[in-house]
Amino acid sequence: MKRILLALILLIIAIPAVMVGMQFVDHDDDAPAQSAAPMNPEQQVIRGAYLARAGDCMACHTARGGQPYAGGRAIPTPFGTLYAPNITADKETGLGSWSAKDFWRALHHGKSKDGSFLYPAFPYPNYTKVTREDADALFSYLQTVKPVHQVNQEHALRFPYNYRILLAGWRALYFTPGSYAPESKQSVEWNRGAYLVQGLGHCSACHTTRNAFGATVDKSDLAGGLIPIMNWYAPSLTSDAEAGLGKWEMAHITALLKTGASPRSTVFGPMAEVVSQSLQHLTDSDIQAMAVYLKSLPQNDPPPALDTAQPDKATADRILQTGSKIYEQQCAECHQANGQGIAPAYSPMSGNRSLTMGSAVNPIRMVLNGGFPPSTEGNPRPYGMPPFGQALNDQEVAAVVSYIRNSWENRAGFVSPQEVNRYRSIPLD
Amino acid sequence: MASLISFPMFARSVPRAFPTLYVARYLTLCAGLMTGMLPLAHAQNSNSAPTSTSSSASARQTLPDTIAQRVVACTACHGKEGRASSDGFYPRIAGKPEGYLFNQLTNFRDGRRQYPLMTYLLDHLSDAYLHEIANYFSEQHPPYPAPQPSDATPAVLERGRNLVMNGDSSKKVPACIACHGQVLTGVAPAVPGLIGLPRDYINSQFGAWRNGVRKAKAPDCMAQITQKLTLEDINAASSWLAAQAVPEGAVPAPATTVKLPLACGSATE
Repeated sequence: MKRILLALILLIIAIPAVMVGMQFVDHDDDAPAQSAAPMNPEQQVIRGAYLARAGDCMACHTARGGQPYAGGRAIPTPFGTLYAPNITADKETGLGSWSAKDFWRALHHGKSKDGSFLYPAFPYPNYTKVTREDADALFSYLQTVKPVHQVNQEHALRFPYNYRILLAGWRALYFTPGSYAPESKQSVEWNRGAYLVQGLGHCSACHTTRNAFGATVDKSDLAGGLIPIMNWYAPSLTSDAEAGLGKWEMAHITALLKTGASPRSTVFGPMAEVVSQSLQHLTDSDIQAMAVYLKSLPQNDPPPALDTAQPDKATADRILQTGSKIYEQQCAECHQANGQGIAPAYSPMSGNRSLTMGSAVNPIRMVLNGGFPPSTEGNPRPYGMPPFGQALNDQEVAAVVSYIRNSWENRAGFVSPQEVNRYRSIPLD
Repeated sequence: MASLISFPMFARSVPRAFPTLYVARYLTLCAGLMTGMLPLAHAQNSNSAPTSTSSSASARQTLPDTIAQRVVACTACHGKEGRASSDGFYPRIAGKPEGYLFNQLTNFRDGRRQYPLMTYLLDHLSDAYLHEIANYFSEQHPPYPAPQPSDATPAVLERGRNLVMNGDSSKKVPACIACHGQVLTGVAPAVPGLIGLPRDYINSQFGAWRNGVRKAKAPDCMAQITQKLTLEDINAASSWLAAQAVPEGAVPAPATTVKLPLACGSATE
């Protein structure tokens, strides 16, 4: 760790001072004028409320059981814990004293009202693509949110990450303010989808691997990644072996995004929250647009499989035998002996890529903890999966997950009891 | 230099494994329950209108469109129909007042009670659906198991009985029966029964109130009462309660029969 810190400091020194210095330039002049034909204020607020859903602002800016948008939710990162701030209209502790221009600067330039750098847990590398018009609508909506007087909790970041000024170096390396540039060769719908996915939707915040400095690099955009600390694997959206949507029917993609369930699979873990709080509230046409864009993404090779030791043939057979027995006793009633499931209530196992990715963390955690897909308008009373962590020991979970990963048309790495054990202690809440 | 995580899973709680003491017992118990756990044949059809046609219309296999089938995630630990068992940690939820069950579901979901697995399961379920789940379990009345054999001394049991029936006026602790019903089977809509619960479960709830881990909507009456009780008081009361047989056909008393001796935020539901 020390070495990383040292490298970080050296790196920052090495960056041409001018690049860093640029970060301190005030952006007063480059802010586009407020939209040429200002919207009627009522419509603007309605639009802003919708955009707040698209951006899933509430998910981070609301603590469990807390007042909407009053902040306080802990956001664990490899660098320490950040606490999402209060963005209600409260004048002292929220955004009540901000102007539309201040808000634009935060979204577009990642800077607070006082010019200080914002930590990119606030996904401004995505939000920078939001248009001024949409930013203004979002701001006008947030100004209507019931003011809550709740002082922001200090971030608990480790040295040196607690020095905001160092973000100048990070920004010089990884952040370029920019707006979404429509692709003229693509349809209006495709461009709308791209604007939502790349901008407010901030899909890459989870579905892209971060480097050692917590930055998502373009090359791996939407190519999947383990979400640090939370330990869920956000699959690649650009690989058919993971969650690439090239071969999915459009109706299945939109069902998954809008209702949380589809004939191919069901959302779980952090994606359940995204559907619950954000996607289910979007219009059919926006969901369709996102699906069109996601389906069009180039399909690349899957991320390399993890290099875990595989059992020899005899051991493998024994594990599969144990797994088969457990599957028959515990799983087959719902997921069926032939692995076809009873979709969308019970996802198919056969050919379900959530189960066969290089990282087995998702299926392991699903077996340990079970889960319910979110209640949505399209699926208000979801069927649940029981947790099995209390009924099965590490060997048994490893055996049944290995069995599921290697039955029917599935072929993927075996899972070790040690791996299962590691994920027992991951905080769920 | 922070990461771009947007869906934090909350570092604030300590990793918690299942209570190790119970794991072994549960392995046996739950395996037993689970093999009989998916009662497709005798799934209870509890006023479940087939509202989610979009989600079940394309089923290749017949799937019972029932609430019982939807909540197998609950009965894996809480037992068939929510009956739990006499020697366990996971409490009986069958037959508890609907309002009480709904309050607990939202308490877990909204962070007033701390059991990460419950919070995880309920995180994205709507109030309407949680009401339906609460209603379903409140209407289940499977038989109660025989009470646990007690190793408490007669003196301890007597102290427990006295606390439960009479309270302790010197500490301003009301009798349990003052709120939980004359026969301790609870009071509709939101006060739970106290018999038919394992001693370990009762003790662990008192522990959670003492430590502020279990909360209810303010004013949190049980938290206030717990602060006045000693560990000996708690042990006596839980020992006596767990040793009581539940009368046949026990149901919560109707709402009008009890005037609570102190204000409880969760009673307004």
